[in-house]
Amino acid sequence: MGVQLRFGAAILAAALVGAGASPALAQKSADTLRITMRDALPNVDPYYNNLRTGVVMHHQAWDGLVYRNPETFKNEPLLATEWKLPDSTTIEFTLRPGVKFHDGSAFTADDVVYTLNLVSDPASKVSTPANYNWIEKAEKTGDLSVRVKLKRPTPAALDYFAMVVPIYPKAYREKVGAEGYAKAPVGTGPYKITKVEAGASIDFERFEDYWAGSPKGKPAIKKMSVRFVPDATTEMTELLASRADWIWNMNPDQFENVNKLPHIAAVRKESMRVGYLSLDAAGRTGADNPITKLKVRQAIWHAIDRQAMADKLVTGGSRVPAAPCFPTQFGCNGEAATIYDYNPAKAKQLLAEAGYPDGFDLEVASYVLPQWGSAVQNYLIAVGIRAKLNQLQTAALIQKAKAGELRTYIGSWGSYSINDVSAFMPNFLDGGADDYARDPDVQKWLIEGGSSIDPEVRNKAYSAVIQRVTQQAYFAPLHTYVTTYGYSKQLDFTPYSDELPRFYLAKWK
Amino acid sequence: MLLLIARRLGLGLLVALTVMTLAFMLTRLSGDLAISIAGPSATQADVEIIRKAYGLDRPLYVQFFSWVGRAMVGDFGQSYFFKDSVSNLIAKRLPITLTLGLVGLSLALIISIPLGILAAVRENTWLDRGVTMFTMVGQAIPSFWLALILMIVLGLNLGILPISGTGTWQHFVMPGIVLAFTAIPALTRLTRSGMIEAMASDYIRTARAKGLSRARIIFKHALRNAAIPVVSIAAVQLGFMLGGSIVIETVFALHGVGYLGWESIAKNDFPVVQAVVLVLAAIYIGLTLLSDILNALLDPRLRTG
Repeated sequence: MGVQLRFGAAILAAALVGAGASPALAQKSADTLRITMRDALPNVDPYYNNLRTGVVMHHQAWDGLVYRNPETFKNEPLLATEWKLPDSTTIEFTLRPGVKFHDGSAFTADDVVYTLNLVSDPASKVSTPANYNWIEKAEKTGDLSVRVKLKRPTPAALDYFAMVVPIYPKAYREKVGAEGYAKAPVGTGPYKITKVEAGASIDFERFEDYWAGSPKGKPAIKKMSVRFVPDATTEMTELLASRADWIWNMNPDQFENVNKLPHIAAVRKESMRVGYLSLDAAGRTGADNPITKLKVRQAIWHAIDRQAMADKLVTGGSRVPAAPCFPTQFGCNGEAATIYDYNPAKAKQLLAEAGYPDGFDLEVASYVLPQWGSAVQNYLIAVGIRAKLNQLQTAALIQKAKAGELRTYIGSWGSYSINDVSAFMPNFLDGGADDYARDPDVQKWLIEGGSSIDPEVRNKAYSAVIQRVTQQAYFAPLHTYVTTYGYSKQLDFTPYSDELPRFYLAKWK
Repeated sequence: MLLLIARRLGLGLLVALTVMTLAFMLTRLSGDLAISIAGPSATQADVEIIRKAYGLDRPLYVQFFSWVGRAMVGDFGQSYFFKDSVSNLIAKRLPITLTLGLVGLSLALIISIPLGILAAVRENTWLDRGVTMFTMVGQAIPSFWLALILMIVLGLNLGILPISGTGTWQHFVMPGIVLAFTAIPALTRLTRSGMIEAMASDYIRTARAKGLSRARIIFKHALRNAAIPVVSIAAVQLGFMLGGSIVIETVFALHGVGYLGWESIAKNDFPVVQAVVLVLAAIYIGLTLLSDILNALLDPRLRTG
């Protein structure tokens, strides 16, 4: 990684020197937006990959029943014109007439019923079953109306419908099968997919029959080609050489240099992803280990200058969430949280009171950027905790974390861009494999908050969770993430805070 | 000759069998597939559902024999991530890796054989030392570094070659050069030492005495003998190039078999990893066999051995 960063810097320097050498030729004349991304999508079928890239792609070529306004985060009609909630476990959707799939077939209730019943069935082997396991079944109540029964009250159901439930064309998918569908997928979205090379590239073209009046609008740019370039430096070189028009998740260190170039702009936008430090309060890695002591955990919270990390390392408007969730999420009531200021002296004092005046050895595992992990490590060393940083691959860390083998680790959680704490806190505190607090009260409150649709009941329950979690210093939110985008200055592109680039809204200047 | 081929074939099969077993064992040791299929945002419930759905809760030996049985008839199973048959995936990506390997090897031979000959016939001159220096530098340059330098110069500053991807023949030029550099040092040195040895031998003295032209002596008599080790190393190098081009495929975003293997290792996509290892091993075994046969053709003394 270090080598790559240095090369990235070298390439940028070379580009700055010869800035005039490569003319700024975006594909404006060919009306093709050339995008490169690092996370290759092995399967473009929205339900059969677990990557953010997949979510981004499906929002271009598929529509869901509900549209979440990226500015207001309010749910608005998309393929459904309206919905009713007759009771806490039923949603009745009225569907939009006159909508066509890319193959020309009409969108009807059959497509919705087929999609929902398929993906909520574990036998379908979808990649993220937890996104759909709250759906009991869907039934057709008319050509353009559907009733969805939920297994339990699911307050964030409409958010899920907006973010992760695109609609399949029943007849086409049954005809071509799952494999055929992955090779030539069809949706109702503003772009249609014209070519798929699994794991290598995807080509899109504007869907001329896209239904009028969609909040997504008809795309201004005719074609889009998405290519997967695994190496960050190569991707940056493509952008610098004007062979790519848009990249994202650039290294924040390159932000200022890129902005010095005449033909490219770099833009940062805070995303819903939160970096956190998990602490083994429950003693899963060994009963009576230092982290099980409240004062030690409080010392760790006091030891880390989270504001400095957000300002100096993450940069671009990163914030320190008071509560273990993203600040805009429903139920993320920061005022209920106990605040720990950066106070190394107090941290040392707390460690001494806990019986560790000389500190202790601690392994901190991490899959986030190495410089962020090192910052945490150094803050801990500064108060006497002999922290050793263990940089792991994401999958390897997750595996150890779930097995209860990590005393402390640094990770991140993006909540699938769902603006409700039910997509965040239960994952770390509901008694499951990622729960290192194992607090029965917290688990009870989470169930209360997650199974009611009364905002007051929910807020009360989640505030109780936040109060307990921060008081007990179970799980430390470190900072929010900021996504860095780089793109041609000929492109008019707006990033949104839900980590979901909307290319159908982009246009040439 | 036939005996030689039969013996080598038998050995090749044994190696393939060992590779199959090792590939299976190592992939299982490396992690929990259910967790990696489920991805970083999965809940424990997801993981358990996936473990059951993919039959990963079956005993290991059952999984092994069911895989070997199918692999024998060319069915490598389904990829967990691509949701496509592994044979399909490899068939689609093998041409990219083969093209890259052949371009790399051709460039390496075109550069290293003349250089080796030149160094040998001008032994101990500044030219010889220059060639030796060039091969040493070539050996020392990491391929990802050379790749990035080429990208900056040819792709970014001069803008004459595409930086990454596989659309046209131009896309293979830069990766081909980088790959060639991994083989040039060994091939040049081998040609040089082979030529020096050959040029000092009795039959060359005889050829000179007969009054043959210098070109005829070098190319007809000396090179043919010096080429024996070069041919066998070139075949082995091609094997290395095909299997070892992962870094180059990654840097240049060439979606070939090497990159497929790397991608699948990162995701614990066992069926793909196993098949890629097996296919690359089979190619390597095939090339070694080919080099043995070529050597036997070039040097009759080897045919009896």
